[in-house]
Formats: sequence, C-alpha cells, structure tokens
Amino acid sequence: MTDSYVVSIDQGTTSTRCIVFDRRGNLVSVAQREHQQHFPRPGWVEHDALEIWRNVGKVVPRALAEAGIVAGQVAAIGIANQRESTVVWDRHTGVPVAPAIIWQDTRTDELVETLARAPGAEDLRQRCGLPLATYFSGPKLRWLLDQTPGLYERAERGEVLFGTMESWLIWNLTGGPDGGLHLTDVTNASRTMLMDLRTLGWHPDSLAFFGIPVAMLPGIRSSSEVYGTATAVLPGVRIAAALGDQQAALFGQTCFAPGDAKCTYGTGSFLLLNTGAEPVHSRHGLLTTVGYQIGGEPAVYALEGSIAITGSLVQWFRDQLELISTAPEIETLARTVDDNGGCYIVPAFSGLFAPHWRSEARGVIVGLTSYITKGHLARAVLEATGWQTREVVDAMNADSGLELTSLRVDGGMTANNLLMQFVADVLAVPVVRPMAAETVSLGAAYAAGLAVGYWPDLEGLRSNWHLAARWVPKMDDAIRAEERENWQRAVERTFGWIKPEARAANA
Amino acid sequence: MPGQVQSIARAAAILRLLASSSGRLGIGEIARSLDLAKGTAHGIVRTLQDVGFVEQDKTSGKYQLGAALLHLGTSYLDVNELRSRAINWADPLAARSGEAVRVSTLLDGKVLVVHHVFRPDDTLQTLDVGSLLPPHATALGKVLLAYDVGAANAVMRGEPEPYTRRTLVTARALTRALTEIRDNGWAAEIEEMTLGEAGIAAPIRGYGGLVVGAIGLSGPVDRVCDGQGRPRPTLVAYVRDAARAVSRDLGAARW
Ligand SMILES: Nc1ncnc2c1ncn2[C@@H]1O[C@H](COP(=O)(O)OP(=O)(O)O)[C@@H](O)[C@H]1O
Repeated sequence: MTDSYVVSIDQGTTSTRCIVFDRRGNLVSVAQREHQQHFPRPGWVEHDALEIWRNVGKVVPRALAEAGIVAGQVAAIGIANQRESTVVWDRHTGVPVAPAIIWQDTRTDELVETLARAPGAEDLRQRCGLPLATYFSGPKLRWLLDQTPGLYERAERGEVLFGTMESWLIWNLTGGPDGGLHLTDVTNASRTMLMDLRTLGWHPDSLAFFGIPVAMLPGIRSSSEVYGTATAVLPGVRIAAALGDQQAALFGQTCFAPGDAKCTYGTGSFLLLNTGAEPVHSRHGLLTTVGYQIGGEPAVYALEGSIAITGSLVQWFRDQLELISTAPEIETLARTVDDNGGCYIVPAFSGLFAPHWRSEARGVIVGLTSYITKGHLARAVLEATGWQTREVVDAMNADSGLELTSLRVDGGMTANNLLMQFVADVLAVPVVRPMAAETVSLGAAYAAGLAVGYWPDLEGLRSNWHLAARWVPKMDDAIRAEERENWQRAVERTFGWIKPEARAANA
Repeated sequence: MPGQVQSIARAAAILRLLASSSGRLGIGEIARSLDLAKGTAHGIVRTLQDVGFVEQDKTSGKYQLGAALLHLGTSYLDVNELRSRAINWADPLAARSGEAVRVSTLLDGKVLVVHHVFRPDDTLQTLDVGSLLPPHATALGKVLLAYDVGAANAVMRGEPEPYTRRTLVTARALTRALTEIRDNGWAAEIEEMTLGEAGIAAPIRGYGGLVVGAIGLSGPVDRVCDGQGRPRPTLVAYVRDAARAVSRDLGAARW
C-alpha cells in the first residue's frame, strides 16, 4: 500500500503556502509564495485575487513534488485562509470586479460610523457577535456595492459572486465559470456580520441592514465535510475542509475543550478561547465567533481577541525604517540592550483592535530621549506584542470568568525566543509551543482528514499534540506592574488622533 | 602546486579596484582599468553580485562593494535567522525520532544552542536556548569543528576537558574523528559528555555550501544506539534529512 497524505492550502495575508502532512501530523514538505501588497491610498490594503489563485497553482504542485508524491496519494485538501478579506467576481468570466479589500483596510471607517447610528445596529451586534468595524466583510462588501457603478444590479441578478478567500479558491478549484461550487464555511461566514450565530444561516435583517442581495452570497457549510472534488490544480482530490486561519490554528492546536486557548503570532495576532456549544457575548471588546463545526455536529464557539499589528510592526521596522534586513534579526538587535530604555511603541497603524476598538487612534513612540538607540526601539517593537497580548488576556479572563493558566502559541513570531519569554513574563503564566509550529495549516489538514476518515476522531488528533518548548515567567512582579502602567499610559496617547473633519476630508 | 585560477585572480582584482575607487564603477570602467574584455568583466561581476560581494546601484547601473563583504569576518548568518529557518525541520525531526533536538553554531570556541525542541514525551524539560556546550564532547560541536579548522586547532591547543572516559581529549583522536565526520557527513557522540547519553548531528550548510550550523538529536544510549552500540541508521538518516532540508532552505544548492 502506498502512503497517503493530506494537503493543506494556507492562503495567508502575506503569502500562500501548501503543506503536505502525514498521518502523524508531521510536516512532509512545504512550498510558499508571497503575493504583492497594494497600498493605493492611506488606509487602503488590496490584493489581486487572480495572483493569489495563480500562486495556489504554483505552490501545490511544488509541495507535492518536494514530498515525492502524486495527486492519487492525497486523501483530501483542507483550506485555511486570511479572514474577512473580500472578493467580488464575475461568475461568467471568473474575473474579480475590483481588487480584494484586505482585512486591515480602513476605507470603510466613515461608512461604519454611519451604519453604527442606523436603526438595528444593536440587534445586528447581538446576532453576529461582532462590533461594527472596518475589519469585517459586511462593510467592505457594502462599500464595493456603493462604489462600483451597476454592481448592485448585477449582484441582484446573481451575475457577480461574493466570497472570502476560501470561497474564491473553492470556486476556482471546482471549475470556476464551469460549475464552480460557491461555498463558505461557518467560521468564515461568522466574520461577515451577515450570519446569525445561533442558526448559522444568513439573516435577512442583517442582509437588509447592509443592503446586500442574497443572490451573491455563498452557501454556508460546516468546516469539515466533503464539499466537492477538485477539477483544477489537484484534479480528482476531495476538498474536505475550510476554516478561517485563526480557527484553523485553534483546531490545529487541538483546543477542543472549553477553556483551551491559543494565540497565533503572525502579521497580526489572534487569541482564541474555546467556549463550547454556547456563544459567550463579550463585555470587554472581544469578538464572539464560531470556532469550528464538524459535519452535522453542533458548532463550537469561541471568544476572540484580535490584535492588528504584531509581526507587521517587525516588517515595518525592516522595510520602512530599514534598521534590520530580516525579521529574525530584530531579536539580535534587541539583545544589544538590556531593556527598553523607557521607550514604548504602540502600533495603532490602523486604529486599535481588541479590546479597545478605537479606529481614530494612531501609532505613537513615546519616551524618546537622546539615550534611545535602535536596540531599544527593537525591544519596544517586540514588547508591543507582549503587552497587546496581555490586554486581550485580561479581557478574556473577565468575560469568561476563567483564569488562563497557560497559553498555547504558534505562528512565525514564535521563532523569536526573546519575545516568547517576554510574553510569559507579562502574562505571568507559562507559554507553550507545540511540536507543529504550522498549526494553521495543520488545523485545515486535520479538519479535512477527519471528514474523509483519514483520522478517526478528535482524541486521535489530540494524541498528536506534543510540547516542543515552554517559557516560564521570570519577571519580577513589581517590574511587571510598573511596565504595565507605562504601557497603558502609552496606549492612552494614541486615542483621538484622527480628527473627525480629517476623516471626512479624506473620504 | 596547482596553477593559478585566472578568474579568481581577476575577481580579486575587481574587488580591489572597487575598494580603492571613490565612487561606483560601470562595467566599461572596470574592463578598461583591468584590461579585460567587457564580457569577461561582466561575467565575473555578475557572479560576485550573486554571492553578495558586489552590489549594483539601481538607478545608475554601476557597481560597488557589497554588504556581504563587510560581514566576512563575522558569522554571516544571524543566529536568530538560523532558528527561524530551522524551526520547521527541527520539529518533525523530534517528532520522528522521539528525541530532543538542538540547533547550534560556534560562538567563541563553544557550542551555542540556538534552538531546542523538547523530547516529544510531554515530560518536564527546560528550554536551554542560549546555553553553551563543549565542542569536543558533543556531536553538534564535533560537526562544527570538522568544518572549521581554526576552531578545531584552538580546541586542540587548549586542554579539552575529559567529561567521561570516552571523551576525545588528544589532538590525534580528535583529528581522526573530525576526518571521519567530514567523510561521513555526520557525527555521533556516545557517552562522551554524560554517561548513558548519546547524540547524532549533521552540518547545516548555507549559500555556497559553507557550514553555518549543526542540527542534532540526543537521548539515552539505548535508544540512540543499536545492540552493537552504534548509532541507529534510521536516526542518522532522519538527522541528515533534516540538515539537508534546512540547508536547502538556506540556499545551499547541492546538499
Ligand atoms: N524571528 C522573528 N521575530 C519577530 N518577528 C518575526 C520573526 N519571524 C517572523 N516574524 C514576523 O512574523 C510574521 C510572519 O509570520 P507568519 O506566521 O508567516 O504570518 P502570516 O501567516 O500572518 O503571514 C511577519 O510579520 C514577520 O515580520
């Protein structure tokens, strides 16, 4: 018998990667390709959805070739994707009607303010579990419908389709204009603001609130079931899972029990806490979201703390300030000094996400003196990620009534030892990294493998989880308290920077 | 003595020329100064550019010395970069072998642990990233010495500490061991530092095949070695595969 494998496609914010996993959940091969980031105006972030689809066509064959396997040995494909990023395309030509609007994009800030005052805004929040913010797909889709002449009518006639990245990829993988399947999963749908968290269906009042024609929306399915068979890239292979990347990481970290939490440190960072079969509504600025749903089983919900800028602050340090040439070098630079020298960076580049949700906030560097070197700035960059994590954990403890006892971590930034130690220090709980750092991809693979019987059950997956590293808190309590207060004072200085008139003029 | 390699001599002349000129130089100027055909000069400059010794200015198209030259004296791969590149391969090595994995480089004649993956049995273990190991008594260290003549000589000139009866302490024994490691492409350590412990390591190569680090596993002798007391071939293969995978990621072409 030849071995079979599960393939995952992780369509991320900066790159698309394909990973081949074996039955023990071990990474067999990986291929990755970055795509271009477009910043046509301040606050705007766009991707070319066609470039992303072409990249899928490149990385998947490369990963298979590197693993030395053929499509016939692939038991299933699972997809994990950057969430909320919005694509609208022509169902007959397969061509996007506009560049994809990426989750970080803040062009809808005024629209969001107007919508927040509209009748029904509070009901909407209850139904979808999310505050009105530029982050989510609903406002982005409404903006496209408003700004593209004739698009609304075409949407009503079902000539154009809306989707987040997994919908776009599944549609293309299953034939595109020739009978492509137009689907999404519950986790991705829960980020649009259009889905009812309890019924897991599009809600007519929510669609009316945003003015979105139902004809353009994908069908909502569970996160783990056979959606269909690919006709492109891996012809004949079943597509059996789709999850938003953060939910995929929750799944890949095997956070299957209520109270299990993980944080993924990438471009942005996302802390998710499994809350079980009931959605928990937050009073502290967290999001209520679907964690996953396996086939016909009840959905599992999660509380989420989203931090917009963490790894991207390192990228900014590298690409805009040019103080380092690769992201890992920030650790080397930070280790040239012993502390932050009194300097703090709050990266509110596009406002602050959880738990503040301040879209008018902008970034600050405070505590500058002639003593500060680039080493101190490097420290402040890394510490910003630590403190932002702390803020979210505090909110989570308050909302759930549980005290976090350890944090499971993954993502590109977990390679940074100084940062992981700092996170343990400021949280005052151990930080643990599992053996598989690529948990987003692993989660998509797990969900796909479960759907086709490649793995038998959740217990089997749990036994694949092993501890690879553990950082224990070492910071003195008094120092932690003082540094925390400094951070909070720095955060306050970001508030209210963008004046309402300026926003109006910008629009 | 073998004859002079002409293109290397010319490359050196081009580097000297760029170093002594006050501004950037174009291909024509380089060729004229050294009395070379333009095509020849261009080929050499392109190769020097590929390895980072020469950089081309985007707007003028002219050449100057590259940043990689400045770092020649120091370790040219940042240790944190090495960890980032190795992390995806160190994890599966630990998972497959069932043993703890470490990645390391030489720092001032010691073995610096750059990355550490726990033994996947979920027992209590302590992260030892940043700690220093003796180069002559560990598989990781012996691999690094095998490809660094200067460091190997320094160790042999010093008095290598005998940790156990099996620690290699004489110059003869070490020289023989390092030659064997270069021939085999991997190293083993069997109770040379701690009784009952063994390890296997292989070199990580960067651009051009230069050894920039080592990756290895360690664990109890009876698990790492077979009945004859030799390192288990499957484990050796896992270690070498992982080393090759990291090397490929770092741009080493043939390993
Ligand atoms: N060693 C490191 N130290 C700090 N930041 C890092 C390190 N390695 C990667 N990063 C940052 O992590 C991000 C990439 O992580 P990744 O998990 O690949 O993100 P994503 O999936 O969001 O693209 C980048 O923003 C990069 O700047």
